[in-house]
Formats: sequence, structure tokens, C-alpha cells
Amino acid sequence: MEFVVISLLNGITYGLLLFMLSSGLTLIFSMMGILNFAHASFYMLGAYFAYQISTWIGFWPGLLVAPLLVGAVGAAVERYGLRRAHRFGHVAELLFTFGLAFLVEEIVHLIWGKVAVDYRIPEELDGTLFSLFDTDFPIYKGFMMLISVGMLVALYALLTRTRIGLIIQAALTKPDMVEALGHNVPRIFMLVFGGGTALAGLAGVIGGNAFVTEPGMAAAVGSIVFVVVVVGGLGSLGGAFVASLLIGCIQTFSVAMTLSITDVFAVVGIALPEGSQVARLTITQLAPVLPYMLMVAILIFRPRGLMGARES
Amino acid sequence: MNSVIFPRGRLLLWGGGLALAIALPLLFKSGFMVSLLCQMGIMVVFALSYNMLLGQTGLLSFGHAVYYGLGAFITMHTLNLIGKDGSPLLVALLPLVGGLAGMLAGVVLGYVTTKKAGTTFAMISLGIGELVAACALMFPGFFGGEGGVSGNRVIGKESFLGFTWGPQVEMYGLIVLWAFLATVAMFALTQTPLGRMANAVRDNPERAEFVGYDTQRVRYLMLILSGLFAGIAGGLTALNYEIVTAETLNAHTSGVVLLMTFVGGIGFFYGPIIGAILITVMQIVIGGLTHAWLLYFGLFFLFMVLMAPGGIASLIAVQHKLWQAGLLGRMLPHYLATALPTLVLLAGLVGLIEMGYALLAGEGVGAGDTATKVMGMEMQLNAPGPWAAALGVAALGLALTRWIGGRTRVAWNATLSTLHGDKA
Repeated sequence: MEFVVISLLNGITYGLLLFMLSSGLTLIFSMMGILNFAHASFYMLGAYFAYQISTWIGFWPGLLVAPLLVGAVGAAVERYGLRRAHRFGHVAELLFTFGLAFLVEEIVHLIWGKVAVDYRIPEELDGTLFSLFDTDFPIYKGFMMLISVGMLVALYALLTRTRIGLIIQAALTKPDMVEALGHNVPRIFMLVFGGGTALAGLAGVIGGNAFVTEPGMAAAVGSIVFVVVVVGGLGSLGGAFVASLLIGCIQTFSVAMTLSITDVFAVVGIALPEGSQVARLTITQLAPVLPYMLMVAILIFRPRGLMGARES
Repeated sequence: MNSVIFPRGRLLLWGGGLALAIALPLLFKSGFMVSLLCQMGIMVVFALSYNMLLGQTGLLSFGHAVYYGLGAFITMHTLNLIGKDGSPLLVALLPLVGGLAGMLAGVVLGYVTTKKAGTTFAMISLGIGELVAACALMFPGFFGGEGGVSGNRVIGKESFLGFTWGPQVEMYGLIVLWAFLATVAMFALTQTPLGRMANAVRDNPERAEFVGYDTQRVRYLMLILSGLFAGIAGGLTALNYEIVTAETLNAHTSGVVLLMTFVGGIGFFYGPIIGAILITVMQIVIGGLTHAWLLYFGLFFLFMVLMAPGGIASLIAVQHKLWQAGLLGRMLPHYLATALPTLVLLAGLVGLIEMGYALLAGEGVGAGDTATKVMGMEMQLNAPGPWAAALGVAALGLALTRWIGGRTRVAWNATLSTLHGDKA
């Protein structure tokens, strides 16, 4: 029971963080039709910017400034890079973001070095929020949840309750018509790209100190975010939400499970032959592969994802 | 028939290429050069096999290293299995084992991945790539864990026609032989009905289906064949380095082959050859000179995507057309005029990047306090002098490039319109 509740809480915290990344990626995909390979790089930039700001003026200003900076960088990338690559088609756009991810990692190497930086949780948030069955739940995880949920509500309100949100929604499906009505669609694209990358930056700010801020963090999270977006269904925000929580929980549960494959089959009543390498694998060892297995299974049996509407 | 597929010019080109490949190690005898050439030959096959997917069938794969890596591992295990009973002739045939392994992997994995084209294919290939790479760390028995699997390519007592494959030069000969055979086979494939249908499926899948072809089947076949050649490249790597690590099948290797192929040009058969050779040289030569080589590589790649999405091969093709129309002479002075300020701009940028690296990623904290060696010059990096100089050079280069580049663009557009005007 203790294991289930604690893992569930951890899973939801991680899942919400994943959703901050995947929501931006999904919005950008449904608007421009490209998967932004560099999305996790903006997450990394968020963490590093926040670290740099926290060494100068503290964590709290960084929480606000770093995502805005990342968003500005994202908007500039869209305006001066992607828009140009767009003329050469989807493959060029995809490759542009691919190259960008490569470049961002190198620039991070150049500026902050190849080892992890000491980006810490602020003292005010360092402590125990409550104890459940002898396990402490840190304040910072609660804070992460708070920020994620707050962001989620704000995003929902922005998209459905404001004028700009309605225009964005319209531009998602009928960009030509929206342009004909006198809106500047390229600028909307730039805003959405900037907004999506700012969300990724925010995730980096609160995730960078909860985990570790190092040059490999973009690659580590990047492919998981892709899994989330594909499992949820390309272009579906609701799907991305469900898939984020699902993958978050799968990751945290599987890491903590010490059962081996033999034990799992024994539960169903099948005895595996002893000694083979596969049979001795534990669920923990399988943990890094599970999201990809889920993704491949989804793509085979339900290519449009859990909640995706379009068949791509 | 023969004269259509193998006209004299093409035969001459292929023969010349082969002769050059054989002559190079005779001209440059250094060990460094020979191992560089070996790496090139392997990468040429790998990049060409990748272009069978991206260029010819329109499938953007992010997991091509899977076939390359599996081919390499199976080759290495077979090499160790035949052990002392083998002969150099068997070793020479081993890349074929790697190819069959890559092909088999294509048969199994391709069935899943090629159901869909476009973004879905790209995503599944990424997922499968990550899956296999993660598996490599889970099964140390087969993949050798962190240390990889190693072997010895010199086996048996007698030699085969005087070859034991021990010296690097003999290995190079084997690589050239396999690379040439694979290249000819891959080129011949583009001339077959399957190769043509792959192009049709790339350009207009709906229409290809109306004509009566199963697009999924065409994609599947192309992926299997591409796996075959990637596996051959993998087998050659295994023999060449005598060690295979899990790195051969991870996302980085998949990324590098994608970059190589794209930079070379996906629209032409010879594009990936140029890309593979160029990037390998850059990797080894520039990588040996500076720590910042990946940064230069990233910048170069983005520059290519934005400025010349057709790759180097398309640039060559355009010049060739101009030359045929007798217009190249008109453009040459402009090219030369643009090259000079571009070099100035590059010098400034390289200076900035190198000083940045020396200061930040260099000898740790306080690296700039004493005079630091950057590009062979002693510099005081905490003083503003060198920075101002590099910035000035870069700014001057940028201004000049914009000015002269603008004039070149005007001339370029005029020449192009003449070229197209002549045609019409």
C-alpha cells in the first residue's frame, strides 16, 4: 500500500512535468505539422538559464525570467530559422530542429562545461511536506505539482476562454481562412512556438533542480517526450495529458519493482526455464525499455494513438 | 540495354573512382591516412544504404544504426565462432554474414515500421532504435556490455592469395572491394522496377497504389535491402576495428549517418558518397585539431539545411548545368569574390569560438588568467584585446559578405534566368 501510494504520487509529479513538455510539443505539431526535435533542448536551456539566474539573483526571479528568455529564444528560432526551412518542406524542417538539438547541446558544453552544474532546490522549499507510512513527501514535489497544475489551468483558460486562444484554435485547423480574416498567421505561429518552448523552459526550471542539470538531460528526456506525444496521439492535448501521466507512472513504478520476468510469469502460472538471460531480468532493468515498447505496441495496434483524431 | 545503364561516361567515372580508391594508399603511405580511408569506405556504404530509404523511398529513419550495429555484432560473433578453424577466405566473406543479419533485422523490424510512411515511420524508427539500443545494455552476454565484443581478424595458418588481412592496407583492400561491389549493387537497384517504384512511392503514394502497387510492400522491400547493405557496412566495421561496442547501434550513430547523407545530398545517387567522405574527413581531421568540432559540425549542418537543402551534390549539379550552357565562366569571378569575405567572416567566428572554448571548457577555472595557447598563438584571454580583434574581424567579414554576397545573388539570379530562358 505504502509502495503504491508513494509511487503514484511520484509518478503523477513526473507525469505532470512530462505534460508541460508534451503540451508545447503537441501544440507546435498540430499547428505546423512538424515534430520539434529540439523541444527537450529548450527544457535543458530552461534549467541552465534558471541555474545561472539563481547564482546571480536567486531562484524566484529565475522561475519567471528563465521561461520568458527560453520563449524568446524559441520565437527567434522560429522567425529566423524554421520559417526559412519551411520553404524546403517537412523533411528540411525536421532536420533543422534535429541539427538545432545537436547545436544547443554543444553550446551548453561550451558555456557550462560537460559536467552537471550545482542547481539546487531553494531553501524555502527544502523540507518535508507530509509523511505517509514513514515515507517523507518533500515540499518541492508538492511545489512542482502546484506549478504544473497551475500552468495546465492557465493553458486551458488561455486556449478556450480568450480571444487569442480562439484564434490559435482556428489557425490550427484552417490557417488560410484565419489569414483571410486579417490575422497574421505567421506571427501566431511564432507566438505558439515561443509559448511552447517557454513551457518547456518552465519545466526545465522546476525539473532541473529536482533531477540533475547536465548536458545529457535533453537527450534523456527528449525521446520520452516523443513517446508521450505518439502514445497520446499526435496533435491531441488531452491524449498528451493522459499519456504523460501513464508514462510517468509506468516509469516510477517499474523502477521500484524488483520482480523478475520469471516471477511475473509465475504469477500467471507459467514456469520459465531457469538460467536464461531474459528470464533473470528484473522489471527495474526493463524500466528504460518499457515506454518504447508501449510506443511500438500503440503504433502497431492503434496508430493514431490513445486519443488522436487524425491518421497521419 | 547495357549501353543505357552503363554508358561509356558512367563506366569511366566508376572505373576512375575505383582506380583512385586503390591508388590513394599507394600515394599516402602513412597509417593515419590508411585508417582514414578505411573509415571513409565503410561510411560510404552505410550512407548509401541510408539513402535507399531517405532519398529513394522518402522514408526518414532515425534508427538506421540498428541494422548497421546488428550486422557488426553478428559478424564479430561469427568471427569468434569460426576461430582457429577458419581461413582468410572465410574472413573476407564475413561482411556478407553481417549483411544477412542486417537483412534479417530488416525483415523482422521492417514489418512493423513500414506500415506507415512519413512522420509515423520516423517516430517508429526512433522508438525501435531506442528499444534496440536499450536492449544492448540489458543483454551483456551478446552485446558485451560496456566493453563491447572484440575479436581478431587474422585467423588460420595459410594466407589467401597472399592476404591475411592483418596489415591495415590489406584490410583497406577488402573494404574497397566490398564497398565497390555494394555501391554497384545499390546503383543497379535504382535502375530496377523496384527502384523506380520506390521513387513513385516517395513522390506520390496514392497514385502508385492506383497503378496497382502495394506501397507498404515496396517500402518493406526497400527497408530489407537497405538493412542488407547497412549490415555489410557493419560487418566491415567489425573487421576493421576488431571491436564492436553498443555505441554502433545507438541514436548517435543513426544521427551521424542521417547528417552525412543529407549534407551530401539525398536527391542524387552520388550525394551520400560525397557526404560520407567529407564528414569523415571533417570528423577525423578537424576533430583532431579542435575540441569544438561538433559545434562547427552543427553550424555547418544548419547552414546546409537553410541554404542548400539539396546538399553538396545539388550544388555540383547546378554548376554542371551552368558549365554545359557555357555560363559557368560568368559566375566564377563572383564565386571568388564571395569566397574572400566569407573566409574573413569564418576566421572571425572560428577565433571567437576557439577563444570561448579555451576560456570556458578549457583547463577549468581561471584558464584565462595566464597566457593561453589558442590556434598556435599565445593569448591573454581575460583581456579584451583578442576578443575585440576577433569580433572586429567577424563583423568586417559579415559586412563584406552581405555586401558582396548581395551582388553575387543578383548575378546568380540573372545567370539562372538566362539558363532557364535558353531552355524555353
